Amino acid sequence: MFSGFMTNTWVVATVVAALAGVVGFFVVLRGSAFPAHAIPNGAFAGAAAANLLGLNALLGLGVFAVFAALGIGTLGRRGRHDVVTALALVLMLALGALFLSRSTEYEPAIYALLFGEVLGVSTTELLPVAFLAVVCIAAIVFMYRPLTLSSVVPEIAEARGVRSHRMEIAFLVVLAVATAMTVPVVGALLIFSLMIGPPAAARSFTDRPPVAIILSMAIALATVWAAIASSYASNWPIGFFVGTMSAFAYGIGRAWAAWRRSRRPATRL
Amino acid sequence: MHFIVEPGFFSSQPVHVALTIGGVVAVVSAAVGIFTVIRGQSFAGHTLTDVSTAGGSAAFLLGMNPLLGFIGLSLVGSGTMDLIGVQRVRGRDLATGIVLGASIGLAALFLYLDTTTRATTGATQQILFGSIFTLDPGEVPIVVAFSVISLVALAVIYRPLLLATMSPDIAAARGVRLRPVGLAFMLALAVSVGLSSLAIGSILSTALLIGPAAAALRLTKRIGAALITAVAIGVAATWVGVLLAYDSYYWGSSHNGYPVSFFIVALTFLIYLASGLPARRAATSAPAKRH
Repeated sequence: MFSGFMTNTWVVATVVAALAGVVGFFVVLRGSAFPAHAIPNGAFAGAAAANLLGLNALLGLGVFAVFAALGIGTLGRRGRHDVVTALALVLMLALGALFLSRSTEYEPAIYALLFGEVLGVSTTELLPVAFLAVVCIAAIVFMYRPLTLSSVVPEIAEARGVRSHRMEIAFLVVLAVATAMTVPVVGALLIFSLMIGPPAAARSFTDRPPVAIILSMAIALATVWAAIASSYASNWPIGFFVGTMSAFAYGIGRAWAAWRRSRRPATRL
Repeated sequence: MHFIVEPGFFSSQPVHVALTIGGVVAVVSAAVGIFTVIRGQSFAGHTLTDVSTAGGSAAFLLGMNPLLGFIGLSLVGSGTMDLIGVQRVRGRDLATGIVLGASIGLAALFLYLDTTTRATTGATQQILFGSIFTLDPGEVPIVVAFSVISLVALAVIYRPLLLATMSPDIAAARGVRLRPVGLAFMLALAVSVGLSSLAIGSILSTALLIGPAAAALRLTKRIGAALITAVAIGVAATWVGVLLAYDSYYWGSSHNGYPVSFFIVALTFLIYLASGLPARRAATSAPAKRH
């Protein structure tokens, strides 16, 4: 399990999980679960396009994910936000289906892009992934205060001069970059689980954002490590383990919150 | 005529089946979609499509009819979401997300087992992206039966559902029980999602659910008119999509047709974008009347 060909997998998965824990905290805080689901699927279309044109997959992933983020951000300003997200999502998926139907690679390629491929990480993929992860974390640190403020109390943020729509676009772009690099490893559909389950669980344990972010990273790391180990041992897809373990972590968080409430009913908000 | 419809379109049995099932499914999806859009449940609707992916792949694994898997697990998923609270706006984003994540995980497992244990190729492709031209004519009565059930359920709860959607407080005051009405709607939604998963594939069925309804609601504010418009848009997009996919076989020399789902989704999206134009023109020509 820790032999040579698995080293890259462990390194990439650790970077991915740490990043998903941080970005996911804001996804949960802002209630952006639907865009967080839609953007990786846009990246799926990008990977399919890059595959068809013979370009670098990461380039296709990045361009399409950012494109999806900007589309959702700008169109969502006018119409109903969830409707726009849903339509952008299916358009991207349809493009992905189209590109895949044009290329010769078929079933295994689709499956790996959607549900992840643990063993497929090469050494040349490590550097760009690490670089983009640092960029994303730096962006989050840079926007930390206004982003938190506009997520929790948008009115006060507006009054203090934070442009909430610009904040939304900036956050969606960070989300897009973060998902673009994670899609080849855990798959378009499963990066989403990693961005929802662990942060949601972390938020039931603590109300303080910095503590919750660190806890969210820790839960995401534990989930990914356990998922790789289980996937390696059972030969079942990593996606299954990431998905169910994330939901399980959330279940534990909910149970903990309910138990705490029942113990101290007076301090309930 | 020859340029628009390639030869053999009207005499081909797969085309008849595709047009029939596609049309019926488009009607149900558009009608249910109107309420999904007004109630702000697009995310829930989309989640059910991924739940039905897990159902479809499980049915494939067990050698059952995929439609039963699509609809069966979709019903279970809608019940679960109702249980953990999709009816409350606060927290429903999260509850939906958790169900979505878990169901994708299950789908990953079932699809993996489909491809490894049953030695069948094409399961992933068929379940995720649909294959309307390869449907068995024997499916038609089953699809029609489920569609009728879904539409009748919607007609029965139409008035209380509309009231509960527009103003929950007034509905509650008039004695409408919000929870059962909401649950009944979720079940109708589950059936419609299962049906459209069969037609255009589970991860694209959101297009038929949300697209026509959202476009219709941008064109008219009257609910009856919006219902009829949405049904017309949905059926038109599906039929034109089937026609284009059929024709695409003759484009170029490779005889490698384009997927039907792509055409249906792309047409739906274009109609949605175009539906914003009349409102925008009205807004720019009479700026004083805004707000």
